Amino acid sequence: MFQSSVARQEIMETIRMVQMENLDIRTITMGISLRDCSDPDPKKACRNIYDKITQKAETLVSVGEEIESRYGIPIVNKRISVTPMAMVAESSDTRDYVPFAKALDDAAQAVGVNFIGGFSAMVQKGLTSGDKKLLHSIPHALAETQRVCSSINVASSKAGINMDAINEMGHLIKKTAYQTKDHDSIGCAKLVVFCNVPEDNPFMAGAFHGIGEPEAVINVGISGPGVVRNAVLKHPNADFGELASVIKKTAFKITRAGELVGSVASEALNIPFGIIDLSLAPTPAIGDSVSDILEGMGLERTGTHGTTAALAMLNDAVKKGGIMASSHVGGLSGAFIPVSEDAGMIEAVKQGTLTFDKLEAMTSVCSVGLDMIAIPGNTSAETISAIIADEMAIGMINRKTTAVRIIPVHGKKVGDEAVFGGLLGSAPIMKIHEEKSDAFVKRGGRIPAPLQSFNN
Amino acid sequence: MDNQKVIISVLGKDRVGIISTISKVLADHNANIVDISQTILQDYFTMIMLVDITHSPLEFNELKKRVADAGDSIGMDINVQNTEIFDYMHRI
Repeated sequence: MFQSSVARQEIMETIRMVQMENLDIRTITMGISLRDCSDPDPKKACRNIYDKITQKAETLVSVGEEIESRYGIPIVNKRISVTPMAMVAESSDTRDYVPFAKALDDAAQAVGVNFIGGFSAMVQKGLTSGDKKLLHSIPHALAETQRVCSSINVASSKAGINMDAINEMGHLIKKTAYQTKDHDSIGCAKLVVFCNVPEDNPFMAGAFHGIGEPEAVINVGISGPGVVRNAVLKHPNADFGELASVIKKTAFKITRAGELVGSVASEALNIPFGIIDLSLAPTPAIGDSVSDILEGMGLERTGTHGTTAALAMLNDAVKKGGIMASSHVGGLSGAFIPVSEDAGMIEAVKQGTLTFDKLEAMTSVCSVGLDMIAIPGNTSAETISAIIADEMAIGMINRKTTAVRIIPVHGKKVGDEAVFGGLLGSAPIMKIHEEKSDAFVKRGGRIPAPLQSFNN
Repeated sequence: MDNQKVIISVLGKDRVGIISTISKVLADHNANIVDISQTILQDYFTMIMLVDITHSPLEFNELKKRVADAGDSIGMDINVQNTEIFDYMHRI
């Protein structure tokens, strides 16, 4: 009936998705190469970094806000990712990389973004001198900055698992927790350990601008668990073939919104459009929960038997639906299961249905890994390393991305709650195994790459 | 920008003068109503207008604000969105 080809009920569907089901574009992330910012003088290098970011991203926030208004769809975050800092800072004559983190933080503040990712290093086969310095700077860097996020890739299906690096990360996570102890160890919420890290992920805290990326790029992260949940709830009697089809159609529409936003942003900023990350990213808002989708499929509580199968089906259907909707899909793409950022997951943990071990099983079929999980502050560095090793093994063997973002909350124990605020939410401290893994992780060296990776 | 069309959606409790209030604002700013569809479900009024704002002298955001303010004055919730978002989401 309209001259526009879209029917009335389709217009109403879009409006309902945005107003009642929390559909939003989670992030427009500008990737910026800092490879030309290196300098033997660290002060000069930091100045180069600050100047380049503030120049490239000067209008990122205003362009994002304009698109938000024009299409009536919220764009929750505007963010920046940069070349792994270990590579940029390595040429500088200094042992302390904290000033580089501060340069990132200052630049992020100047252009008005809430997070900047890329205080990062790739160490799956070993550490260069720059990597070592960066790792040692992490606890101070995360304590002394607000917006900087750090990610370290310690394993891949082609290289195996660097257990020496994982040992180091256990200690660094503990130090970071201590350095930010006055804020429930929030520094650890900005630190991710990866296996098979994607180099074009727009989501924090794991975003960085990979070495095969162009000078600058626009990547878009979509969201929309609430929309998928409502679609699932409308089909209580559908079998799984039908349900997968419902999820695919919904994911398609969400992704199209992201595709439009990405292409318009790319044109307005005169920066190439990279990828859309098709992730269902929950927020602490009621209804904006991946856990609610799983329960909508017929589970009494997330974490009970059937949860892994439900998540596997959801993750796959989201990807299938989104892939046709976009010319370029990348990043993490799937369903995120962060505990603290998802009201349904928090509830399932509090009820005791969702345990640490079940979460680990779920990470074998979700898009990332053990995410935003708070554990007792007295957990040893070795136990944290062993948790990381397990998660990296799942990623390495299954040739998928896995990650650990775990927070040993200083001074808190099982039953307490950590409060991070904002999108990071709050988390009950989860019970973990008390038996030691010290002798295992202290063996060190590298776990060799698995046989199935030699497929080229 | 050439040929800019927007969808204006109006939601709220039915009352006298909804269409007249909104269309007056649009006419005042040279925005051409191309099509209108409305339904009333129980007491709940929904109207969708396709509006060509190509020749409006106002910036998109300013026009959007004036329409929303007019909606507020009669207790209606109004959205103004470029039509591209609907085409993108519902058409391949």
